[in-house]
Amino acid sequence: MRALHNVNLSLYPGQVTALVGENGAGKSTLVKILTGIYQPDEGTIALDGKPVTLASAQSAFELGITAIHQETVLFDDLTVAENIWLGHAPRTRLGLIDWTAMNSQARAVLAQMHAAHIAPDARLRDLSIANKHLVAVARSMSIDARVVVMDEPTAALSAKEINELYDLVALLKSQGKAILFISHKFDEIYKIADRYTVFRDGEQVGEGFLKDTAQNDLVKLMVGRSVDKVFPKHHAEIGGSVLAVAGLSHPTEFENISFDLHRGEILGFYGLVGAGRTEVMKALFGMTRPSAGKITVEGKPLVIDSAEGAIDAGIVYVPEERGAQGLGGGLPIFMNVSLPSLKRTSKNAVLRLKNEFDLARRYTERLDLRAASLSQDVSTLSGGNQQKVVIAKWLAMSPKVIILDEPTKGIDIGSKAAVHEFMAQLVSEGMAVIMVSSEIPEILGMSDRVVVMREGLITATFENKNLKPETLVRAAAGIAA
Amino acid sequence: MIQRLLKSREALLAAAIIGLIAAVATRYPAFAAPVNLAQAFNDTSILIILALAQMTVILTRSIDLSTASNLCFTGMAVAMLNRAHPELPIALIIGVSLLWGLALGAFNGLLVWKIGIPPIVVTLGTLTIYRGLTFVLSGGAWVNADKMSPAFIEFQRQALLGIPVLSWIAIAVIAAFFVFLRYTKLGRDIYAIGVNPTAAVYTGIDVGRTKFIAFCISGLASGLAGYLWISRYVIASVEVANGYELNVIAACVIGGISIAGGVGSVAGTVMGALFLGLIGLALPVINVSPFWQLAISGAAILVAIILNARGEKSQGRLILKKAAQA
Amino acid sequence: MSSEIIHTRQIPDRLDKPFSAAVRSWETLLLVVAFMVFVFNSFASPHFLDAWTLSDMTFNFTEKALIALPMALLIIAGEIDLSVAAILALSSTLMGFAMQFGFGTPALVCVGVIIGLACGAFNGLLVTGLNLPSIVVTIGTMSLFRGLAFIILGDQVYKNYPDSFAYFGQGYVTWVVSFELVLFLLFAVVFGFLLHFTTFGRKLYFIGRNPVSAQFSGVNVKRMKFTLFCLTGVMSGLASVLLTSRLGSTRPSIAQGFELEAITMVVLGGVAITGGAGSILGVVLAALIMGLVTFGFGLLNVPGIVMSIFVGLLLIAVIALPILWTRFMWVLKK
Repeated sequence: MRALHNVNLSLYPGQVTALVGENGAGKSTLVKILTGIYQPDEGTIALDGKPVTLASAQSAFELGITAIHQETVLFDDLTVAENIWLGHAPRTRLGLIDWTAMNSQARAVLAQMHAAHIAPDARLRDLSIANKHLVAVARSMSIDARVVVMDEPTAALSAKEINELYDLVALLKSQGKAILFISHKFDEIYKIADRYTVFRDGEQVGEGFLKDTAQNDLVKLMVGRSVDKVFPKHHAEIGGSVLAVAGLSHPTEFENISFDLHRGEILGFYGLVGAGRTEVMKALFGMTRPSAGKITVEGKPLVIDSAEGAIDAGIVYVPEERGAQGLGGGLPIFMNVSLPSLKRTSKNAVLRLKNEFDLARRYTERLDLRAASLSQDVSTLSGGNQQKVVIAKWLAMSPKVIILDEPTKGIDIGSKAAVHEFMAQLVSEGMAVIMVSSEIPEILGMSDRVVVMREGLITATFENKNLKPETLVRAAAGIAA
Repeated sequence: MIQRLLKSREALLAAAIIGLIAAVATRYPAFAAPVNLAQAFNDTSILIILALAQMTVILTRSIDLSTASNLCFTGMAVAMLNRAHPELPIALIIGVSLLWGLALGAFNGLLVWKIGIPPIVVTLGTLTIYRGLTFVLSGGAWVNADKMSPAFIEFQRQALLGIPVLSWIAIAVIAAFFVFLRYTKLGRDIYAIGVNPTAAVYTGIDVGRTKFIAFCISGLASGLAGYLWISRYVIASVEVANGYELNVIAACVIGGISIAGGVGSVAGTVMGALFLGLIGLALPVINVSPFWQLAISGAAILVAIILNARGEKSQGRLILKKAAQA
Repeated sequence: MSSEIIHTRQIPDRLDKPFSAAVRSWETLLLVVAFMVFVFNSFASPHFLDAWTLSDMTFNFTEKALIALPMALLIIAGEIDLSVAAILALSSTLMGFAMQFGFGTPALVCVGVIIGLACGAFNGLLVTGLNLPSIVVTIGTMSLFRGLAFIILGDQVYKNYPDSFAYFGQGYVTWVVSFELVLFLLFAVVFGFLLHFTTFGRKLYFIGRNPVSAQFSGVNVKRMKFTLFCLTGVMSGLASVLLTSRLGSTRPSIAQGFELEAITMVVLGGVAITGGAGSILGVVLAALIMGLVTFGFGLLNVPGIVMSIFVGLLLIAVIALPILWTRFMWVLKK
């Protein structure tokens, strides 16, 4: 599967080009190629008309291409000045690092960015995410970068911080730098970008000037294919309430989260990355403690303080980060599937391998898992098949509620369809599904109802009848209808 | 300001050291006399040298358990060289001890860098190998004081401006590490790969090679410490500094070096070593059996790591607007 | 391979024939090494094949191997305990202390085991309760525990343990079969069963591979790690009973360096130092090899310290060789 195919992208000095596209459209792959971390199979990259090779992170940096990543790739325990100058620090005549010059030059760069409030000798760890971004920008200014790539830099920022970042983009622009700005937020794209380019499924599907393009056209270009073709229609009987959440709150992550989930229902959770959806799900699964609120499962109020407790209550969670949170890499498929079910497959805590193989086979075959054997190491499977193993593991527990967090992120089209097909089956058997997704077609294609979150709050709940992608995008980005 | 001082490990440690000296001095004022403190520093010199090198290794998210064995092996080698050729100048002896130690450190580093064996396994292996080789080299015999040349023994005891050469060497080593770790690109790379190896790769740092260099530095320091130890305690045997690697690591841990890498300072490590050294000196003065020393340093290590861990707690992400503004 | 075929076929349990997998395993390699050392020893000394000689040999490793068993579980779960030898020393010292007050043999054994449990629980509490890395915690408690032994005993020695106490380290169950050996084999079976045939053991592998995902699968990671530290403490206490009984005396410096030998056994036995892989059979074979090597060198009048070179090289070689071999095959393929 190709992450990126036949992309022709041009960036111009003194202009901001917005790159838009759904998750998995190939945006981050492009960022990694431009910063020298991935190598393209085909094609050329030219800087000022001259072809260049970005063989390593170092060479991209030296050529003046820098990136501000969504999750900052900086050094938490080093100072601000050092994060700006690491690798090209000013030296004294003896060849030693000149900390005085480094600090004063860092102060100068920060002042130029109207970020004089950041002390050069502060530890990066003690800075807010917004200020860390500013340090990353300062790093790119310290080498007089030609190209600055910004990968969803406002995803985790507050409104005030976002405005400061816009000022910074304007400053970089006025200095003649070419900027690639990746964002999901349409209001900000129109505010700061001059051009746009749209990616969909690894291909470039459109580009142009924003002043000539209406917001709705851009949304259509991004969402693309018609929604009902790809997704299996499900006709599940929607039954009584399984899970009721009322006023769930957390000191820093979310507040006043209330919703109802019914038997046979797929409830979609839409929002931008960092809107707090995953955090809510982790609280439902007992991984974090909410500070207030009530969780009721089939009419019984519950306090869920561990994953064990959630599983016992019939709530299971397929995490977004499969590798880090869902699988025991290096261990065979059947062990991964049977892990939560060991109580049932074993007898007096003694393993019964036959039961485990039977269990694993029953659920993985239902999901159409492609594997050489059930003893194959899960980490050798493709992303889609890994996801099937994680889902099989939870199905074997016959849960009441299954939470799927970005269930099709980063997996191939075939596996995507299998996962969707399967969700339809689950609800027809009376299970209730919560699906967290940032992909609009998936949300619209699969959900019965959609909850939209923004900045830790629920901003809207929609019945999925004649629901328009534009409506969702607006609710998630906070644009008035 | 006070809050910041409280947060600083170095300040806390300095306060603990001054508190310790003051507490002992209230009953035995002579303990705080400059002469006695200078003596304490001299006694701790070797530990300081080894701890600084160990710190460099720990900063890169590695560990070197073989330092004491390296010290023992190198010490035996130079002691036997001196026995065979008493006429050789001390500069040459020191040169040999540095090279000998470097070779042993480089062997550790190569296994970590080129083959990718976890440092704890490599140095667990070389810990026994180097001490075993000491036995092979010496045939199990000791080199006693009467077999060592006067120059070999006296070198570190000579006074320069009223301070013994051993102390001067420690001061020079402290200065060298301070300059190296703070003012050279390599020194900063060592911190960077410990703080965030992924980001280090993004910045174009060769993580494996940098670890190798850290092990070489550790080897050099162990080699130097080998000569200093043998000429100080004037006996070379297979048992020299047995288990001492744990004192060295203890000094680092007390000095606030994070075992997870990337965090620590030369000042902290030096004070960590001094703290351990001072406890050893203070116990006989206040009439506590020296047998208390081990338990006290164990307790000090535990207190230090608990305090360090509290300072490193990271906060979750702020999503709610009002939480972000608060 | 067309996907159609896979789709219609049942996914098999495993592709490897269990037999051929066993032949290629680490344990087989260890068995071959053990056999070679055995043959070498029997040529090196005519006395080696004597039943009593072989019986004597087992005393070289039984106490350390008894500690290596829980250590293997701990390392598989991604933690380590460097304080085991210090726990042993403290247990032994307090047994001697208790003996002075006229404690009988059963009471002494209880003291040894309970002190081990207490020390292990203390380690476990620090690691799981305060989220501290076990390597530094146990470097600290290593000094603390042994330091306490020094405070209690100083440069003194506890001697004159009751006659019946001598059985644990010096007694024979039958003929040449020592109590220590029987106890070790018994615990090897128990730990092997625990690790390979119970749900507890299965979860350990997941904790070692990926503690976060284990937690996300409903495994109580902290409780299990705490249990392991307690178990390691108890076994160290038990080893303390054996060693104290065998030596018939206690000094605070007892069992110095045991922790590194126990860890060497575990790693040599094929347990990944990074966690998540390993077997008890491997550890038992590694213990046997180390015992055989020590003894073989002893027969040749080679001192124990020289044999430690061999063990150190073995430790590095067994980890380096598979890596180098893979690389070599890869170069050949190109």
